[in-house]
Amino acid sequence: MQHHDIPGTIVYDGAEAQKGYALNAMCYSFNAAANREEFKRDEDAYCTKYGLNDEQRAAIRERNVLKLLAAGGNVYYLAKFAGILNLNVQDLGAQQTGMSVEAFKEKLAAAGR
Amino acid sequence: MAQIVGAIATSHIPAIGKAIAENKQNDPYWKPFFDGYGPALSWLKQARPDVVVMIYNDHGLNFFLDKMPTFAVGAAAQYRSEDEGWGLPVLNSFPGDAALSWHIIEHLVADEFDITSCQDMAVDHGFAVPMNLLFPNAGGKWPVTTVPVSINTVQHPLPTPLRCWKLGRAIGRAIESYPKDLRVVVFGTGGLSHQLDGTRAGFINKKFDLYCLDTIVRDPEALTKLSVIDLVREAGAQGVEFLNWITMRGALLGNVSQIHRNYHIPISNTAGATLVLENRTAAQSQAA
Ligand SMILES: [Fe+2]
Repeated sequence: MQHHDIPGTIVYDGAEAQKGYALNAMCYSFNAAANREEFKRDEDAYCTKYGLNDEQRAAIRERNVLKLLAAGGNVYYLAKFAGILNLNVQDLGAQQTGMSVEAFKEKLAAAGR
Repeated sequence: MAQIVGAIATSHIPAIGKAIAENKQNDPYWKPFFDGYGPALSWLKQARPDVVVMIYNDHGLNFFLDKMPTFAVGAAAQYRSEDEGWGLPVLNSFPGDAALSWHIIEHLVADEFDITSCQDMAVDHGFAVPMNLLFPNAGGKWPVTTVPVSINTVQHPLPTPLRCWKLGRAIGRAIESYPKDLRVVVFGTGGLSHQLDGTRAGFINKKFDLYCLDTIVRDPEALTKLSVIDLVREAGAQGVEFLNWITMRGALLGNVSQIHRNYHIPISNTAGATLVLENRTAAQSQAA
């Protein structure tokens, strides 16, 4: 749910959790190295195994964080997908805010000044 | 009787675990953060804890959306560190104290906290990073037993700050009624302000964090007036981990004084913070 007075922020509630269940279940499975390998061998087959819908599959294919969130993804499970791609949370932040990674890091540092 | 000698609140960001594994404590990026732990380590040494009660949140290792307890208490002989999917080293298992766990569980349920008990539990960076930070020389042999208390900060509705404060009070009473002479330190982990997701990703709120750091020491009940949505707005979507800190503070029933605090921006996407609190009974305060 997009909370009305907090811009750009998801309040990850029951509706989100229901919508994103399959996507998050797949990402949760990435805690295990064998599952990460199985995904890498055949991404599409792995998405089918977890019953992802078209929107979720497309977001996975495009590695698009905002689309993954819109499809019900929760950032803590998505972080495990990001791990497969060797992306850290600054990379994710840069992608979501449309900034370069350097600019995003500078924005973080600026918050301390 | 068991005694709560104090508490330590600390950030638990995975990147810290990685920095420890790579010995980056003196790296210019990390030094201002790790330097904040010296006084915490000295205090912990003289506090001589037997037990750490760890108030933290799971981030998708032990709990998934299939079953999401609001409050869960470990009741195992040991707790596993496990692969979380992004290369953080797996640490040695953390020893539990199942007898103390069940004592706490009995008291919490009698006190109307209908918690979930867990005899099989893997603990993620929310638990492991603080252990790694505060027992840096353990070499895999942890010098304390542990009782994990996991709070849902993943899927709303989350427990309110007031409910977490009351849970902390109940945990404090439970520990202080335990007949064994144990020295207990409570850890509260996570935070401070940060947001990983959405177009507001990278949000950090120094002003609110400093308010929280001041208020949690001298007027913690003021924090119970906040709503969860207030926390999301002011501390960020993941800054709600401050609920763990409020619970920790609630467990301190005596006279509380601040021993040390450190605050540094940024560590990863987060405002990193450490707070050390001493808890003295009325009798101890008089003697001192
Ligand atoms: Fe966290």
